[in-house]
Amino acid sequence: MMTFTEIKKSFLTSLWFMFLTFPIMVIRVNTIEKQVIWRWENMWYVGIGSFLLSFVWRYFLRRKERGNNHANEHIANMSSSIQRIFSRRRYKIPAMVAAAMTVAVFPFVMNSYQTNIMITALMYVMLGLGLNIVVGLAGLLDLGYVAFYAVGAYTYGLLNHHFGIGFWTVLPLGGALGALFGVLLGFPVLRLRGDYLAIVTLGFGEIIRLILENWNEFSYGPSGIAHISKPSLFGIKLSFSGEITYMYFLMIGMVCFTIFVVNRLQNSRIGRAWIALREDEVACQAMGIDKTRTKLTAFALGATWAGMAGVIFAAKTTFINPASFTFMESAMILSIVVLGGMGSIPGVIIAALFLILLPEYLRAFSDYRMLLFGAIMVIMMVFRPQGIIATVRRNYNFKKAEN
Amino acid sequence: MLKVNGLSTYYGNIQALKGISMEVAEGEIITLIGANGAGKTTTLMSISGIVSSRQGEIFFLDKPIHAMSPDKIVSLGISQVPEGRRIFPYLTVAENLDMGAYLRSDTENIKKDMAYIWDLFPILSQRRHQAGGTLSGGEQQMLAISRALMARPRLLLLDEPSLGLAPLVVKQIFEIIKKINTENNTTIFLVEQNANMALKIAHRGYVMENGVITMSDSSRNLLCNEAVKKAYLGL
Ligand SMILES: Nc1ncnc2c1ncn2[C@@H]1O[C@H](COP(=O)(O)OP(=O)(O)OP(=O)(O)O)[C@@H](O)[C@H]1O
Ligand SMILES: [Mg+2]
Repeated sequence: MMTFTEIKKSFLTSLWFMFLTFPIMVIRVNTIEKQVIWRWENMWYVGIGSFLLSFVWRYFLRRKERGNNHANEHIANMSSSIQRIFSRRRYKIPAMVAAAMTVAVFPFVMNSYQTNIMITALMYVMLGLGLNIVVGLAGLLDLGYVAFYAVGAYTYGLLNHHFGIGFWTVLPLGGALGALFGVLLGFPVLRLRGDYLAIVTLGFGEIIRLILENWNEFSYGPSGIAHISKPSLFGIKLSFSGEITYMYFLMIGMVCFTIFVVNRLQNSRIGRAWIALREDEVACQAMGIDKTRTKLTAFALGATWAGMAGVIFAAKTTFINPASFTFMESAMILSIVVLGGMGSIPGVIIAALFLILLPEYLRAFSDYRMLLFGAIMVIMMVFRPQGIIATVRRNYNFKKAEN
Repeated sequence: MLKVNGLSTYYGNIQALKGISMEVAEGEIITLIGANGAGKTTTLMSISGIVSSRQGEIFFLDKPIHAMSPDKIVSLGISQVPEGRRIFPYLTVAENLDMGAYLRSDTENIKKDMAYIWDLFPILSQRRHQAGGTLSGGEQQMLAISRALMARPRLLLLDEPSLGLAPLVVKQIFEIIKKINTENNTTIFLVEQNANMALKIAHRGYVMENGVITMSDSSRNLLCNEAVKKAYLGL
C-alpha cells in the first residue's frame, strides 16, 4: 500500500535524524562537575518531529507529482488570473490608485521605526530589480552583486568625508562608478557561464570587501566611515522624522524610476537580445548580436543600480563599514530575485518586501529566523520553482513537437 | 562573391578542416555534401566567424572576413541557418523574426520583409504569436530560414535544412530555397546529407571527406559520378 511505504520511509528518515542529532541533542557534558547528562527525551522529540515533517513533506510532494500538471495549472491559472485582473482597465486603475494612496500616507500613519524598515525594504526592491537585469533578463548568475553596492556606498562615503560633496552630486557618480566596476568584472568573465561565472563573481565580491577591510589608508578598514551627510532638500533643515519621511519618498521615487527603466529595458532591443542570448548563444551570433557588448551592458546596467543603492544606503545610515557588504547580502538579493520569479518585476517587489519585512516583524522568533528563511526557500523551490510570479514569457505550456 | 583559401580550423588539437578552398559566385546555389563528421558544419561556422579558423583566408565581396567578429560578418550580408534550427524557444514566432533583423534599423523595410515571410510560409503567419518552442519540427525549420532571411542576406548559409523532416516537408523546403534564390537573387550555400535533393536544386557542388574537399563539379556531373552515387546517393 502506498501509505504504508510512505510511513516506512518517514520512519527511516526519523531514525536517521535521531542518529544524526544524537550527539548534540542527547549528550550533554557538564564540564564543571565532569558529568555526562543523557537527555533521552530529546531523542523522542526529534524522532516524532522529523517523522511528522517528513510524512507531510512526502504527502505534498506526491500530491504535486500525481496531479503534476493539475496542481501546477491551478496555481498558474491563479497567478495568471491575478495578472489578467490587473491588466484589465476596470481593476487596474482602482488598484493602482489604492497602492499609490497607501504608499503616500504610509510615513504619516506609521511611526518612524516602521518607516525606516520600509526604507530598507525599498532599498532591497531596488537592488533586487537591478540584479534582476543581470540574472533574470540576461541569465548571468552573479553572486558578487554586493561589490557594486559597496562601490556606491564608499563612493559617497569617501567623497563626502574628504571633500564634503553632497548626496545629489554623488548619486549619478556612484551609479557610473558601479557601471565601470560592472564592466571591469564583465570582461574577464565573458567566456564563463553558469557555475563558473557564479564562482568568479563570488570571488570578485569578496575581493572588494577584503580590499575595503584591509586598505586602512583608503577606506579606514573595519572601523569604516562615520558622519556621512544625509541627503539635502534645497538646504532646508529637517527634523528627525522629517528626514525619515524625506528618505522614504526619495526611495519611492528611486524605485519608481527603477521600475520604469527595467520595464523599458525588458521590452527593448537589448532586452530581447538578453533573452535570446540566455536561450541560445550560437543562434544569437548567427543573428549578428555582439555577445561581448550585450553581456557587458547587462553587467554594467545591473551594477549601476547597485551603485546608486549604495549611495543611498550610505546616506541613510550615515555610517558604513565593510561588514555591511558580506556575501550574505549578495545571497539575500539573489534570493529575492529567485523567490520573486526571475525576470518578473512585480515578483521581485513582492519578494523583497516579504523577505525584508517578515524577519523584522518576526523578531520574536529571531533565533530561528535563518532556519525559517531556509525552510521557506527550500519549500518554494520544490513546489514553485518559477517563483512567486512567473514571467508571462515562462507561462507557455510546452507541447512536444509533433510531426 | 565568397572565396575560401586554404582554410584550416581546429577544435583544440583536432584539425577539423585541412586547408580547404572553394568559391561561390553571385546568384548561385552551391551545395556541400559529405558524411557525418566530414567538417561541413565547421566550414559554415568558420565562414560566419562563430568558430575561428587558424589558417587561411576568407573573402566576401573582396573583403577579408576571416578575422572579423560574427556580428560584423552578418552586417556585411552573410546570414546562417545553423544546424538543428536553434530557434529561440521562449520568444514568439514574430519575435524570433525580429531577432533576425537585429542589426537593421529600417523599420519600414523590416515590416515589408515580415509580410514577405508571411507570404512565403502562411503557416508561420497563423502561428505568429505562438512560442517558437511549441512549433513542429518542420515549422521550426521554416522559422529558422525565415529568421535568417530577415537579415536580408546576400549570402545565405543553410546547414542541413532537411534534418528530421518528413519527405513532403523536405520537398516544400527545397522549393522555397529555390524560390528565395530566383526571386531575390540570394546566393545560397547549402550543406546537406540529402545529397540527391541538394544536387538537384544546386548549380554546383563540393564533396568533403575528413576535412578535405575531394571533388568539385557541376551538380549534373556529380549526380552521374560513380563514386558519388555509391557513397552519397545510395545507388
Ligand atoms: N565543438 C567541437 N569540439 C571538438 N570537436 C568538434 C566540435 N565540433 C565538431 N567537432 C569535430 O569536428 C569534426 C567535424 O565536425 P562537423 O560538425 O563539422 O561535421 P559535419 O560534417 O557537419 O557532420 P554532420 O553531417 O554529422 O553534421 C568532427 O570530427 C567533430 O567531432
Ligand atoms: Mg553538421
